[in-house]
Amino acid sequence: MQDPKNMTCEEFQAQMAELIGSGEDVSVHPHVLTCTLCRALLNELETIAEAARQLFPVEDPPDTLWEKLESAIKQEGNQTRG
Amino acid sequence: MHAHDASPRAVTAAGGSPIQMQSSKTTHTAEVEPASPTEVVAQTPAGSDADVLTRAQAGDHHAFAQLYSLHKRRIYSLCLRMVGNVAEAEDLTQEAFLQLHRKIATFRGDSAFSTWLHRLAINVVLMHLRKKGLSVISLDEAMEPTPEEGPGRSFGAPDLSLTGSIDRLALERAISELPAGYRLIFVLHDIEGYEHNEIAAMLDCSIGNSKSQLHKARLKLRDAMRTFPRREGRR
Repeated sequence: MQDPKNMTCEEFQAQMAELIGSGEDVSVHPHVLTCTLCRALLNELETIAEAARQLFPVEDPPDTLWEKLESAIKQEGNQTRG
Repeated sequence: MHAHDASPRAVTAAGGSPIQMQSSKTTHTAEVEPASPTEVVAQTPAGSDADVLTRAQAGDHHAFAQLYSLHKRRIYSLCLRMVGNVAEAEDLTQEAFLQLHRKIATFRGDSAFSTWLHRLAINVVLMHLRKKGLSVISLDEAMEPTPEEGPGRSFGAPDLSLTGSIDRLALERAISELPAGYRLIFVLHDIEGYEHNEIAAMLDCSIGNSKSQLHKARLKLRDAMRTFPRREGRR
């Protein structure tokens, strides 16, 4: 097992997904506490996540979709009755 | 593989309802859209949603059309983000509303209707993806480092340009180009606001799997965000 205090950035980043998966709060990992580069990397990832949360659902389905749906509903109704 | 019912009951996530129309953790504020897909859809006065729902549950086709009008945008957008393909998103939206039509009488009001419909749609998409071969196994495999996707690839100094404003179009494009497994977890967690325990229940994987895959998805987005502007320039 590597000493967390003596990890290089590459070693830490290679283990990051595993550490996060195990439930560890990597923001207080000994390497992160002493490494500005890896702290900045974590900040970047949070920035991306925050930006994604700002994305609105702006897409409308085409108007023809309702017609298709209505047709499918009628078809199901006919099969049920038939 | 488990058999997955498209009913919202199939994703019995613990801890209540994360996606509420009025109090969502997400930033979606425009899901109630008084649009009129066809001439049969009348404008719905605010506050009459419950009445529309009750009539739709009783088999009123016009009321069902109103429900479609109210929720189509959010459901279509959800499908589009989850599959990243317009044609598939249209088919899945249709299937979700078809399932709604079959099951609407079973809605008992244990959660908000929008939450119930949202989960129904997610189950429709998940069933579709499973049929296409996106199984839990492939999700697990996606976590194994590969020469192309391994964590080593993401090593490097941070890009200060990402700490400022992020190009929305570039981000949307990067999300749409994520591999299916990564996109699924990223969309469910970071956009739709589900917790890891809920995602794990939906996808039948471990919570740790969900957490680490989300991390990898964010890393891939970061890589993409660093690449797009340099390759193509900002619009």
